[in-house]
Amino acid sequence: MSSFRSTSVLRLHPENKVFNERIKELSGEEIDLCFQCGACSSGCPMTQEMDYLPSKIIRMTQLGLDEALDSGTIWVCTTCFNCEVSCPRGIDVANVMESLRQLVLRKKYDRVSLDELTPEELRELPPIAIISNQRKLTG
Amino acid sequence: MTKLAYYPGCTLKTTAKNFDDSTVASAKALGIELVEPERWNCCGTVHALAKDDVMHHLAPVRNMLRVQEMNSEGQVDSKEMITLCAMCYNTLKRSNQTFNEDSDKKQKIQDIMFKEEATYSGSVEVKHFLETLKEMGWDKVKEAVKTPLTGLKVAPYYGCLLLRPRGIGIDDTDNPRIIEDLFEALGAEVVNFAYKQKCCGSYNTVHMKEVVGDLAHKILKQAKDGGADILATACPLCEYNLGPRQEQVKVQYPSFDSIPVVYFTQLMSLAFGLGDEAMAFEANRPDPRPLLREKGLLEE
Repeated sequence: MSSFRSTSVLRLHPENKVFNERIKELSGEEIDLCFQCGACSSGCPMTQEMDYLPSKIIRMTQLGLDEALDSGTIWVCTTCFNCEVSCPRGIDVANVMESLRQLVLRKKYDRVSLDELTPEELRELPPIAIISNQRKLTG
Repeated sequence: MTKLAYYPGCTLKTTAKNFDDSTVASAKALGIELVEPERWNCCGTVHALAKDDVMHHLAPVRNMLRVQEMNSEGQVDSKEMITLCAMCYNTLKRSNQTFNEDSDKKQKIQDIMFKEEATYSGSVEVKHFLETLKEMGWDKVKEAVKTPLTGLKVAPYYGCLLLRPRGIGIDDTDNPRIIEDLFEALGAEVVNFAYKQKCCGSYNTVHMKEVVGDLAHKILKQAKDGGADILATACPLCEYNLGPRQEQVKVQYPSFDSIPVVYFTQLMSLAFGLGDEAMAFEANRPDPRPLLREKGLLEE
């Protein structure tokens, strides 16, 4: 009976378990609670730009599949928290996306570069756009 | 005059100067003097979501310490920190919450800030100006109106960070009323539309403007289909993505007709009769003035 109440009912291969635990630790989210209802994906404004739906990313992290790190999805998430308010299991999907991005960014990876912007764009863009873009997408 | 500490943030001092000017003027018309800290720094714009990230809480906490100092020196009448930009509001409020709820992080932040003269206690209350208005009472706002916005159909646009995540937002996450109540007090006609809480694409505007073009088109078209003349927002990034980015929307959707997007405080300044310098409509793209003249709210 107790195993049903536990949040770790999935029996994973040790190497998958490491990744699963790392994401839980970094995001602070009980990802094992997800039962794939898809509410996060249905409300997400960016799904048309994603290779995997947010609910699928959560499934990959549940199973400890580090392929999630190669997904384009984690880079187009706008952290709008629509998923957070939709999840019936109380998972903040945006936190999971952030932890996946962080694992890549902390290996000195930059997804974007300011060198690609023209001087006009740099002048015209609001400072909060540039700073948040760099905060989210550069290591 | 009630004196309140005011954190403008970097964008209100640069590309959204019209938001800053119209806010300070309309607060004054309501008997509030917004006092800026003598020195403040960027809040970091986004909350540090990774649980092991302590460093990015320093910038917000340092700003809150400035407000605590202003309060203890008697420069302001409360421990409130009034914000306008939705990103600043969200980042400051969440860091303050983390500081107060996570004793380990609190200790680390205080240790790193050992060179500060005072220690931040966690007692500053981060607020959005809209919350201040609501507390003051919509009747008081109504009393200050000289030119009611009669006949102007305003679509309130909240975006993300004023309402989410749950527990941080300034109003009910699913059914907000606060901007609607403000515009009813100002005499405008409020247009309810489905995408008022939908994300505008945020910082993706920097490197994926086509994606923002799509999202802005959806949001603006919804508002127009609902009969809106104008959108009112409280976020300088939303304003940029829905306003100046309409040029990009037109590239992707040639039949799209533009619609003005302004800050709620600009329309407050108009209703309160505070003059051109306070309204600062010349900085908005598309220009809202032709519409407001047509509605008889602005002189030729």
